[in-house]
Amino acid sequence: MLLNASGCLDALTAPEVARALDAFVTKTITPEPRGGNPAVRIAETDAGMLNSIGLANPGRERFLSETMPRLRELDRPLWVSVGGFSAAEYAETCGTLEDVAAIELNLSCPNVDEAPESAAAIVAACRTATGLPLYAKLSPAAWDIAEAARAVEAAGADGLTLVNTLRGLALDPRTLRPTLARGTGGYSGPALKPVALAAVYACSEAVEIPIVGMGGVRSGLDALELIAAGASAVALGTILFSDPGAPARIRDELAAEVAARDLGHPLDALRLAHSSLQMSVSRSDNEMQKVPGNRPKVTA
Amino acid sequence: MRQERRKVVAAEPVGPYTLLRIERGGLDAGIPGQFFMLEAPGRVLPRPMSVCSAEPGELAFLIDPIGPGTTALCELEPGERLNVLGPLGNGFDLDVERPLLVGGGIGIAPLPYLSQQLGGAPAILGFRSELHAEAAALLPDALVCIEPTYVTALLPEERRDVLACGPEPMLAALRALVPDAQLAWEAPMACGYGACYGCAVELDGELKRLCVEGPVLRAA
Repeated sequence: MLLNASGCLDALTAPEVARALDAFVTKTITPEPRGGNPAVRIAETDAGMLNSIGLANPGRERFLSETMPRLRELDRPLWVSVGGFSAAEYAETCGTLEDVAAIELNLSCPNVDEAPESAAAIVAACRTATGLPLYAKLSPAAWDIAEAARAVEAAGADGLTLVNTLRGLALDPRTLRPTLARGTGGYSGPALKPVALAAVYACSEAVEIPIVGMGGVRSGLDALELIAAGASAVALGTILFSDPGAPARIRDELAAEVAARDLGHPLDALRLAHSSLQMSVSRSDNEMQKVPGNRPKVTA
Repeated sequence: MRQERRKVVAAEPVGPYTLLRIERGGLDAGIPGQFFMLEAPGRVLPRPMSVCSAEPGELAFLIDPIGPGTTALCELEPGERLNVLGPLGNGFDLDVERPLLVGGGIGIAPLPYLSQQLGGAPAILGFRSELHAEAAALLPDALVCIEPTYVTALLPEERRDVLACGPEPMLAALRALVPDAQLAWEAPMACGYGACYGCAVELDGELKRLCVEGPVLRAA
């Protein structure tokens, strides 16, 4: 399943891109309207980009009355990304949402002040407010992301989205002052891929709930790697900025990567990275037999 | 919007700038003031460039090599290919009676195509040096000034329909003098098609993305 990363696509200005995805994830909605951070809000770096958009959005009321009806016309499963500055704000918004495929809780935007409560406390509050599937979007900056994953799973999350951007800074080479008006921004793009793989890999060991993997995906092989690390769905972020045709291209590349490995379906590679680790560390015949025998052979 | 992989025809120096000419293929040149996202070789993000000229079978972009992306674009060789997405955004309203084009520095980029579409409208161009001013040759009927003289000093007394592109201080000065001027603004943007919100500015209390609502906006 291919999605967009929240904040990386506006389905209303680019409906043909949204239709090429299996589900559309909205930009994060907060209770009140937000203009976001001052310009400059975008900076390219050598191996990625920084953004400090700052959760610009029309606010919950206008989103529900104006944006949502138009999004429904797309006839694509909708994921609504929810943000807030307290657990109560998150829960309140969750309580107003109906008839969407899932809610993603943005618990990790590096561009705004965080809610005082822990990710798990916010998930618990939202759990009481809605029966809809709740996905917790976690920051890769945590020292032990698996611990955060276990906590939100215990609090009632139905899935994880991994990962959000990492905080980064770019300096203007002439002035040696921050390029972004706010100073720091969220770092995304190709450089984030190993970070995303590590987070998905660790969380997939720690929890049972499904994981949407994202971070630096540019190709079908990148998507397959996230699946092998433990993601059962993959989201596209920065690549959509440079290539709006990426969904169809990456889907084709993924199919080719799957075929080249004699796999029947991308999800046949799910958690494959974990099984190969077992094989490489356990050489004895006894240990080898613990590796599930029905795993497809990787030939590529 | 349409994305194609197109071949470079030529990259020609124009003063300190480069005129990058590419094969047009199936791309629509769009309205003057509209722009394309050009893949910047070796970089993560494409770069927004307005159409400078649209000769048959070609699209040309005037590029100032100010950073790694624009430098990579200026260094493209004939025959090399790049992804091109567009035309994007809103261009100039060409339904004007007495057009006067005003440009500053690399902001003159959309004016040659605009001038052509308006049948050779007069232009006032400002540059920071004689070398930069060589780009004035891209326009047929241009009055040129060099810093410290600014374009605002050359504006005629009588009322004209001003269509302008240039640095922000120039646009702000024009906005104060010519309330109904059409101004083409610039902002860093990652995508050019409304996805990233990088280029958003607040106008009349509303958040507008320059790539979708602009880049050409009425001054008033």
